[in-house]
This record gives sequence, C-alpha cells and structure tokens, in this order.
Amino acid sequence: MRKLSALALAALASFILAPSSEVEARDQINIVGSSTVYPYGTVNAQRLGESGYKTPTYNPIGTGGGMKAFCAGVGVDYPDITGASRPMKAKEAKLCQENGVTNVIEVMWANDGITFSHSNEAVEFELTREEIFTAMAAKVVVDGEVVENPYTSWNQINSSLPDYKIEVLVAPPTSGTRDAFDGKVMEAGCTLEAVTGSDDGCTDYREDGRIIEMGENDTLIVQKLVEDVERFGYFGYSYLKDNGDKLQPSKVEGVMPSGATIASYEYPMARPLFIYLKADHIGVIPGIQEFAQMMVSDNAIGDNGYLTKIGAAPMVPELVDRVRNITDSLDPMGFDIADCANKVHPLKDAGYAFSSGLCK
Amino acid sequence: MTDLSKRLASEKRFKYFAMFAMCLSLFFVVILMLKIFTTGSGAFIRTTIEASVYFDPSAIEVTNESSVKAINKASYVNLADQIVKDNHPNLSDEKFILVREMYTRKFDFQLRDYIASNPNIIGKTVTMEITASSDLDQIVKGNYPRDVPEAQRKINDYQLSVLDSLDADGKISSTFNLWFFTNGDSRDPETAGILGALMGSFYALLICFSFAFPVGLLASIYLEEFVRPGKLTDFIEVNINNLAAVPSIVYGLLGLGMLIGVFGMPYQVPLVGGLVLGFMTLPTIIIASRASLRGVPPSIREGALAVGATKTQTVFHHVIPLSLPGSLTGTIIGMAQALGETAPLLMVGMVAFVMDIPGGALDPATGLPSQIYLWSESAERGFLEKTSAGIMLLLGFLIIMNTIAVIIRRKLEVKW
Repeated sequence: MRKLSALALAALASFILAPSSEVEARDQINIVGSSTVYPYGTVNAQRLGESGYKTPTYNPIGTGGGMKAFCAGVGVDYPDITGASRPMKAKEAKLCQENGVTNVIEVMWANDGITFSHSNEAVEFELTREEIFTAMAAKVVVDGEVVENPYTSWNQINSSLPDYKIEVLVAPPTSGTRDAFDGKVMEAGCTLEAVTGSDDGCTDYREDGRIIEMGENDTLIVQKLVEDVERFGYFGYSYLKDNGDKLQPSKVEGVMPSGATIASYEYPMARPLFIYLKADHIGVIPGIQEFAQMMVSDNAIGDNGYLTKIGAAPMVPELVDRVRNITDSLDPMGFDIADCANKVHPLKDAGYAFSSGLCK
Repeated sequence: MTDLSKRLASEKRFKYFAMFAMCLSLFFVVILMLKIFTTGSGAFIRTTIEASVYFDPSAIEVTNESSVKAINKASYVNLADQIVKDNHPNLSDEKFILVREMYTRKFDFQLRDYIASNPNIIGKTVTMEITASSDLDQIVKGNYPRDVPEAQRKINDYQLSVLDSLDADGKISSTFNLWFFTNGDSRDPETAGILGALMGSFYALLICFSFAFPVGLLASIYLEEFVRPGKLTDFIEVNINNLAAVPSIVYGLLGLGMLIGVFGMPYQVPLVGGLVLGFMTLPTIIIASRASLRGVPPSIREGALAVGATKTQTVFHHVIPLSLPGSLTGTIIGMAQALGETAPLLMVGMVAFVMDIPGGALDPATGLPSQIYLWSESAERGFLEKTSAGIMLLLGFLIIMNTIAVIIRRKLEVKW
C-alpha cells in the first residue's frame, strides 16, 4: 500500500514538475521541412543559438510534409519556418490560404545541384537527360513507338557508355529532391511527348526492380552505391561534397556539377533552395527575421560562408540583393499566397532557369 | 541393435542441428556487435592539439573579478583567433582560415569553460589541449583516407602538412571525449553529444511509467479480482492481446491524431512521446500483471476474507504486495521495449534537431533512437562513429533494464 501511494505521488510530481519553460508562448523557433535543407538550416540554427537566441529546432519531414504542417494554421502550435528544396506548389498555397496562412515570405537563399552519382571506382559517365530518362522511365520510345522500357544496360542506350547494368536508387515521393529531379530530368528528357502528344507517364519510373526506392536517408544510399559500382543514385550536392572520397558525379549534358556551374545554372540539374517564413509569427516568436537574415548574409552564403562550405551554391548577385531586401524589410516583394494558388509568381516571367517551376 | 544406433545417430544429428542454429544466431550478433563497437569506439575519443594559451586581458571582455554569469555571457571568438595566430606565427589571412579550421569551431566555448573553472587565470599563459575539428579528427583516426586527390578531401594538402608538423612536435594527442556525454546535439560532430537525447528519453519514460504502470495495474486488478469471468472479460482479453501486437507506428498515429490533433498538445515534446509509449506499453503491463495476480494462491485471499477483511483490503494488503515483482518485471520489460522505439516518436515530432538539453517533459526533445536515426542521416563523416556510439549506449541501457527485471524476478518473486 505504502509503496503504491509513493509511486502514485511520484507520478503526480513528475506531471506537475515537468512543465519548465514553454507553457504559454513559445520562445524557440520551430522549423520543419526538407531534409536537403536540414544540414544548412541546422547549421544556421546553431549560429542563431550562439548569438543569444534559443537554438531553433528542425524537424526533417520532407518538403511536402513540411508544407502540409506549415500551411496547417497560424499560432504557436504550428511551425514558423519550413525548408523546401523546391518552390511552393499552387496546391500547397491553396492549402495555406484555406487555413488562414496568408502572410508568407518566400526566401530563396541558395542553389543546389542534384547530382547523378556513383562509386569512385567506376568509370566516369557522361550522360544527357534524355539518356537518364530512357534508362529510368517505365515507358520509352523505340523506333517511333511507345513501349515498355526494354533496356537493361547503359550501353544499350548509348554504345559509348560502359556495359553497366541499369540500377538507380531514388528518393521517396514526399522528397523535394525527387520532385525536382522529376521536373529537371524526367520531364526535361522525356521523349514520350513527341509521340503521344502529352507528357503523361514522363515521371513514371519503371517497375521491374531496376529503380529502387529508398527512404529519406541519403547516407544509406551512399553506402549502397559503394557496395555496387554499377549502381547510380541522386541527391543534393552537399552529400557529394562530404563523400568525395567515395562517390563521383556524372557529367550531365557535358557539364560537371560544381559551385560555379550550379550557380550559373549551366549544370542542368541545378535548383533553388527556399525557406518560407510565417509573417504572422514574426514579432511573436523571437528570432525568425534574424534567422532569415543570417541565412542570406555574406557570412553564410558568401564565397567562404559557412553554408557555402558545406555545399550551398551561390545565387546570382541580383537575386542575392533581392532576397536580402526581403529579409531586411520583410516585404515579400510581390509573393502572395492567393496569387501563388493561381500559379502567379513575381519571378515567373523573369527568365531564370527555375522560373517556370515557381507556384506550379 | 541397428535400430538403437539409428535412433542415437538421429539424436546426435538433431543436437548438431540445434547447435548450428544457435551458433549461427550468435555469429550474427557477434558480427553486429563487432561492427558497432569498432566504428563506435572512436566517438569516445577526441583528437586534441596542444597549444600555449595566453589569456590576454586586452582580448577578453571580462576580468578576474567578473562573476561566473558574466564570464559565461562574454564572447571569446577573438581570443580563440588570437591563440591560433600565436601558435602558428606568420600566417597569411588565407592560410589562417585554413589553420583555424583545424581547430574546433567551438574553441571559444572551451576557453570560456576554462576561464569559468580556473579563477585568476586571465593574464597568465597555460598549455591547453584544444579539441581538433571533426574533419581533422577523422583523418587522424584513419576514418578518412589521406591518399586520395586533394579535391576529394575535406582537409587540403596545406592543412595536412601543418598536421604532420604538429604531429612531429608531439602536439597531437587523443583524450577521452567528455563532450559526448555532456553536450546536446550539434552540427559540428566534434561537439555533438547525446545528453539531450538521453534526457528526452528519460522524461518520456518517466511519463510512460507514471501513466502506464498505475493504469495497467488497476486495470489488471479489476479484471482479475473484481469482475466475474464471462463473455465481457473474454472480449477484453482478446482485445488486450491484440493491442499488444499492434505495430508501434499505429500508436504514433494515435498520438498525432488524438493528443496533438484533438487535445491540442504540443508537438515534439516528451510528454506526448511518453504518453504514446505508455499506450504502447499498457497491454504488456496488463498481461504481465494479470499473470502475476493469478499466481497468488486463492488461499491467501480466502484467509484474509475469513478474518473479516474487505475485498479492497484483501487486494491491497495481500495480493498486490505478493504480485508486485511480477508486475514490475513486466513493466520494466515493456519500458525497455519503449526505449528502443523510433516509429511513435517520429509521428509525434520527437525526431528533430534540438540543441538545448530539455529541462522538462514540455521542452522540445528527441529520444535516444531518434537521435541515432538523425545522426545516421548526416553527411559529415564524424557522425558515423557517433551513430554507433549512440547504439552502444542504447544497448547498454537495454541490458541494464533487462538485468534489473531478471533480478527482481529472481530475488523478490515468491514461489508457492
């Protein structure tokens, strides 16, 4: 009896004593989103923490999952910032709008390149996007007709390529990297449209076991690539940078991914990276604006910046000026959730390589 | 005769098959352990660089008279840079950046802690072991090759030459990595520690125990002592056994939908994580408690009732004390299982970069298994050994909990 009441007391005490700090308002930024942005976002979060704020938390649930959580509502129960490895979609803007999340600031802060990589010990590949599409798509065009993908090795697609079996490790559908890869490579290299007249099936991967879907865990993909030199995988540039002793990227359309070729979009699989700020939370939860300002500062994305060093590729100066203007003034510069839901974006006609993907 | 020898031979064969099966499973366990221990042991050791440190009063914002609070608040970034320059004289700006990168980025924190724990140090010169950066550490430990082309390495040729000359002077050494046990997560592998995740798991298990143990015990007492066995108890029993087999991620979804969605509890806190783990452990506790209640002989109850005790008195004075070891064993085993669960934590957001060490069940936190998962995802080579070291720690805790369960069962359980 005595033992039991002591236990009950301990239980009660733990419930009462447990709440320490954040019972009412939150004083710690809550970030969700892309696992590609995670390494950068967390390094930036740590720097913000060192400058006197509470270190923000970052929950890597993928770009799609992040958007869903971010657009769920306004208030301390909802995330303040979401990281995205692709621009917000019109569908997601609509969700935001429906839930009253109408004041959103889009911060495009750097570029990243999706690398199509394989083991260092293998022969270097030089591919075109059409060849990658032909290797990976469920249906391809052979002699003017749409057929189930018949290719089993790379040299069947292009005789100058080595006789490596086709096997590609891909990210799950919730991944922003996969969305970006589908847009940049599968759709861009799609040959179906010329025959069928529509882009249906361009992003369908073959299902005969040659395309292997992995989780969000890029480290695991690296390990799998090392095990079998003929396998390929795709992921963000920072992973390649950290695993330079194990992996090599393929040249795409004759261009090697590097900070410079990604920044200039000469490398065809380059893409912008974003964070989205909930403007209604600025001033309520401390440090949101400072977080964004730090992320786009020269210290972070300059030549020797702490984000550049771990793989973020710089943006063209005019976009850097634009984004610094946005984070300093908190003026979204024409980005509006209602417009975005209708596929309208201020940079849509600006002629950048990524323009067509904005608010798609 | 032949029949007997045949039977004996078949017995022998069977024995060898069984032995082979056991050896095979042992073999896999040993391989797994070896792999984890060889990769993980590095995390307990850090590479340090010996440097002479002059606590230059003009480069420090505080004085010997300053309070600990002021010392902890001041910045030592400039002092750290100054010390690197003093130890590597005549560096160009470009080379200075390269050399500075060889030391931990948190050099200034190490200086701060030293000043805080050594009063009157300002103005003096001491020799300190400065933690090296993770990239250097990995090269020294041999986890990162140095014979690959420079472009594929994170430490360039110049930094390697500096490293070699430091090594020749005997200034590179290895010491125990205390930070691994005292720090929260960090994006710099050399300063990343497990304490934050450990506290997160501790609070979650505390909540789990405070919720699941009383509820589970009471439920099993009701089912065993107060309700007449019948269709209803059969129905409940089937459902409890069913719940015990439900995949843990389902409980995570329950937490996300009900606790966070309907009751509006906060995301990524041990309170919710603990409750979810509690739901998960509840069936295990009820099953174990019921079994141990059933093990108490009816004569004890009848004796108590015969001298005029009420049902409640009988249960609380006699039955529970006798069955408690069994219930506790079940609870501890259930909690050990809960400690290793990642899926439910994933659903309630306890998988996140959290640097601050949680001070209570309402602070954002990760758990041990989710921290291991996060580290395993990180690209930096230094996190590889942290991942394995985290697994070692988790295994250690599981062994401790299961041992306690065995001891309780052996020592306290009454045999009839």
